[in-house]
Amino acid sequence: MDPGIVDLSRLQFALTALYHFLFVPLTLGLSFLLVIMESIYVMTDRPIWRDITRFWAKLFGINFVLGVATGLTMEFQFGTNWSYFSHYVGDIFGAPLAIEGLMAFFLEATFVGLMFFAWDRLSKVAHLMVTFLVALGTNLSALWILVANGWMQNPTGAAFNYESMRMEVTDFGAVLLNPIAQAKFVHTVSAGYVIASVFVLGVSAWFLLHKRFVPIATRSMTVAAAFGLAASLSVVVLGDESGYALTDNQKMKLAAIEAAWHTAPAPAGITLFGLPDLESRTTRYKVEVPWVLGLIATRSFDKEVAGMSELVLKAQERITSGVFAYDAVERLKVDPKDVDARALFELHRRDLGYALLLKRIVADPRSATPQQIAATAWDTVPNVPLMFWAFRFMALIGFAMIALFAAAFALCSLRKHSTSRWFWKLAVLALPLPWIAAELGWIVAEMGRQPWAIDGVLPTFLAPSSLSRPELWITLVGFTALYGTLAVIEVRLMLSAIRQGPYDHVDPQPAPGPLPATPLTA
Amino acid sequence: MTFLDFETLRVIWWVLLGVLLIGFALTDGYDMGVASLLPWVARTDLERRMVINSVGPHWEGHQAWFILGGGAIFAAWPFVYAVSFSGFYLAMFVVLAAMILRPVGFKYRSKRPDPAWRARWDWALFVGGFVPALVFGVAIGNVLLGLPFRLDSDLRAFYEGSFFALFTPFALLCGLLSVAMLVLHGSTWLAFKIEHGAVRDRARGIGVVAALASITLFALGGVYLWLGRIGYQVVGVVDPFGASNPLRTAAADTPGAWLSNYAAHPLLAIVPALGFVGALVAFVGLRRSAERVAFAGSGLSAVGIIGAVGTSMFPFIVPSSIDARSSLLVWNASSSEHTLAIMLFCTAVLLPLVLVYTAWAIRVMRGKVTSAEIRTNPDRY
Repeated sequence: MDPGIVDLSRLQFALTALYHFLFVPLTLGLSFLLVIMESIYVMTDRPIWRDITRFWAKLFGINFVLGVATGLTMEFQFGTNWSYFSHYVGDIFGAPLAIEGLMAFFLEATFVGLMFFAWDRLSKVAHLMVTFLVALGTNLSALWILVANGWMQNPTGAAFNYESMRMEVTDFGAVLLNPIAQAKFVHTVSAGYVIASVFVLGVSAWFLLHKRFVPIATRSMTVAAAFGLAASLSVVVLGDESGYALTDNQKMKLAAIEAAWHTAPAPAGITLFGLPDLESRTTRYKVEVPWVLGLIATRSFDKEVAGMSELVLKAQERITSGVFAYDAVERLKVDPKDVDARALFELHRRDLGYALLLKRIVADPRSATPQQIAATAWDTVPNVPLMFWAFRFMALIGFAMIALFAAAFALCSLRKHSTSRWFWKLAVLALPLPWIAAELGWIVAEMGRQPWAIDGVLPTFLAPSSLSRPELWITLVGFTALYGTLAVIEVRLMLSAIRQGPYDHVDPQPAPGPLPATPLTA
Repeated sequence: MTFLDFETLRVIWWVLLGVLLIGFALTDGYDMGVASLLPWVARTDLERRMVINSVGPHWEGHQAWFILGGGAIFAAWPFVYAVSFSGFYLAMFVVLAAMILRPVGFKYRSKRPDPAWRARWDWALFVGGFVPALVFGVAIGNVLLGLPFRLDSDLRAFYEGSFFALFTPFALLCGLLSVAMLVLHGSTWLAFKIEHGAVRDRARGIGVVAALASITLFALGGVYLWLGRIGYQVVGVVDPFGASNPLRTAAADTPGAWLSNYAAHPLLAIVPALGFVGALVAFVGLRRSAERVAFAGSGLSAVGIIGAVGTSMFPFIVPSSIDARSSLLVWNASSSEHTLAIMLFCTAVLLPLVLVYTAWAIRVMRGKVTSAEIRTNPDRY
């Protein structure tokens, strides 16, 4: 496989996924904030809450459409750019994507039209139900996508079938109830709730700073403060670290995040700061807090947190074992009835993926030397400095968000939020932070998964389609240009909708008569 | 599910593949038709807004058929998902870019009153409707001709064609048929949904032409299959219960094979006949101002035309034009029995639910789109 194709395919996936994930978390959270606001309207029957709901729904719509549009790319990108991945794990990975379409996307997409267009066609309660179904749909959508993603991190409930040369489902329940998928779901939707709360908080603060729409802004701020405090606590407390003790790759991810080059005696300390050095495989200027990591990662005082060197040794064993599985599969390709090969395969099947790692340097893993195996074992370590810093900035922003919402909640409770100018400025300045944290979170989760596309099963460098570099450059430039243009348009529309505020939602009409540059002239 | 064996599950999922494509064509299809018609049936801004609002509350739901199509092909036919979308790489990019422009166009056009802004989005909407309609047809045409791909012993796919090689005369004919079929469906929708007036009259006029074009192009396609002697046939015995590995079967290039299913089972000819009858019903319905009938006719025509591709090719899904052994069949390209059974269960529970609430959403938004409402209702695009 041409390494250039692998890198370009990864770059395109990262760009399109990170871009998609600018819009999705706001959809996840704002849909539930709309449910809360509209519920207050239905319960109190005060028209101001209708105006509040409709204003935020207008901003929701501008954001929602780009989430939907860029989601199209994601749904098909596995086939277009990662066709070997699609063949190799489609039997398992495709199912949650299809169920997402059936159960979640249909729900949100069908009802979102009614949410915008049926204000005058539905009773108040029926419209609230419609808004709720939109929120339910978007969040179910996240659930199924994260079941798929969680399986990439922890591929349970599946086994390699040498007759069809791919992974196949053995236990669908295990795929659904994958603990990593559940941890990721809670963490990711909570992050979405934080983003939406910061959005509502920041825009409301901007209104207050400019003394505009004050009744709407103060009320919106109260809703965002309460929802945001709960969400920011849950995003940190229910962070997906709980899954990091499960598989070898997850352990490696945790070790890379902590720059833990060696296993430390239990309970391990957490490194707050340091400079990871790849050359000497040490971390310099380390500032450590004892015990904390052991408690978080293992939920115990006596279990060790594995270090990278020890995990690499384990990977080396698994590669050696995997070569036997690879040999068995090659023999079964020639003669599917070879009884010895079947027995050999059964013994080593768990490690087949590790043998595939050797394909980066040798065409046939069976011809690899012990030195090549030892060198390849170090490939299982992700980019340590990137993991180390991305995680720390994400976590720092996470704690900053708790502080922000604690302050917001306190001010709202004391009824001082409509007078605290310093806080309004702070809330506006905080606007970009949760988006940065969410993108960093994606980087930690997916860069930390490297070198695997599917943990322990399929190396990333084997997963792409057999494309050419020019084809990839065309689509990379094309997507960048299209997405860049849409981003500029979106931000401008968002800003003008915010400036326009809640009360003027009648469309200004252009002059009657034919439009310029139309094909038909009257 | 022991009462459904692997062979039956594969046939059911082949039918469901057709149901998905037809569902997509019946719903998102008229969005594509309406968007393609936008610059031609509506001249003033008010007229254009009427056209856009005729699909305004529903296009998101229709888009879900496209997403579900991708997901369900991935889940049930992973080989088809992997081979076709990577093979059609640049064509898929063009389709995706156009399909991304369409929702954004629907939503953003009305956000600013500037006529130049709106005119630009009108063209984006036209591209977002016309281009996918054309490329989907071209893609189906190429599938009928066979795709130049081969699988190695690891079942990695290698594609040996290029973007421009897709546009052969037969594939272009299929592309134009697809455009005619969806423009017909879009125009019957506009005739049904828009109040009496200039837009409706123009839509009816174009629809009548599209109906005749559909009939002509569909007939030409059949003649081309017959005289061009296009098609493939399975050679030897295929085990319909066997593991999903294309390399264990053999297929051959047999002239005229796409018509052999009809020779073996004459009753199957009902399917392509529906394509003609539906378009004819739409034609008559549009001429006699029976819009409901016309819309049903254009839908029926789409069912017949898409169904005919399936019945002609069975058991092929994606034949290979350069390596017969790599061809993807119903019997060798599916997911495992276990996955097919689970996905069938999920579909059986969830799809009827989807149809129920889609019908409810259409009912809530029933009634014609009128210029008076567009002018006064601030919720409209």
